[in-house]
Amino acid sequence: MIYALLAYEFFKIGLFAVGGGLVTVPFLFDLAEEYAWFSKSELADMIAVSQSTPGPVGINMATYAGFKAAGLGGALVATLSEVLPSMAVIYFVAQALAKWQNNKYVRQILSGIRPAVLALILFAGWDIAKEAIADYKSLAVLLGLLVAMRLFKKSPIYYIAASAVIGLILQL
Amino acid sequence: MVSLWKLYALFFKMGLFTFGGGYAMLPILRKEAVERQKWITEEELLNYYSIGQCTPGIIAVNAASFIGYKLRKIAGLISATLGVISPSIIIIALVAALLRKYMDNQYVQWAFGGIRICVIALIIDVVWNMWQKGVKDVRGYVIFGVAALLLWGFNLSAVAIVILAAAAPFIPVRRRIKR
Repeated sequence: MIYALLAYEFFKIGLFAVGGGLVTVPFLFDLAEEYAWFSKSELADMIAVSQSTPGPVGINMATYAGFKAAGLGGALVATLSEVLPSMAVIYFVAQALAKWQNNKYVRQILSGIRPAVLALILFAGWDIAKEAIADYKSLAVLLGLLVAMRLFKKSPIYYIAASAVIGLILQL
Repeated sequence: MVSLWKLYALFFKMGLFTFGGGYAMLPILRKEAVERQKWITEEELLNYYSIGQCTPGIIAVNAASFIGYKLRKIAGLISATLGVISPSIIIIALVAALLRKYMDNQYVQWAFGGIRICVIALIIDVVWNMWQKGVKDVRGYVIFGVAALLLWGFNLSAVAIVILAAAAPFIPVRRRIKR
């Protein structure tokens, strides 16, 4: 039965893909090879759509792949199965963290990771910038948005809405 | 105490305004969870991202689960996670079912050209905002610098960076000897 198979495969992805949404891509390619749910070229489209629709890209891809395989039911089964391992692991880690967060070593470890995570976050931005900042026009929009963010400190929602309109006007 | 429904609704909103990976969710997560609701501190949020990077699954879900657990234990964890994945399920199902040509539409592409640039600006802005909480001393600067070098110069994986950074505070630093 396809739902059980989807649940099994996406649970596995959720359990073994460590490091975020795009890490699931190679696993999805394996699925494309093994099952007739979607082809590799469909998968490439799915990744592109997932990156430019609302929602975290990893969730979008799971939903899309599940939908391709078995419609709306498939989307639900695939997505819920993929997040189940995360939820279980975080449940235990959060308990442990609550207990140990004042421990000297735990605090030292976290104080070491925090600056590195900021570098990782900037790198994620750089990854998008490599393609998105193609000319002076897009660079000017980036700088303008940054200045606006520093000045007004509004919710990201406003900037996202405004930049969609800017994108339409300037044909970015 | 925050209601489970509110937790679900707020994470739904955050999922809806995330374009890209888990890191793209950080700006709105910081705005809502740290600044507006004051559920967690900046430091806690960075801790969650640090750990969420090395535990299985999608980082956005890991961060949502962490915050949900902190506020309402297991029930909060489930509400927050369901909230963050709900917009994806609705929107992707619509796109897959109805708007097959969605991506080919020129206007959609232009709008997303703008949004992509906005995501970069939001990421720079959030690092700027969190810098003080994340990088407190010289050791922090060095860790940030080395991590950046390994990422840009050597394409090291994120998990490897996090493991190295976790070990870094235990490297003994020799103090300057008095003459």
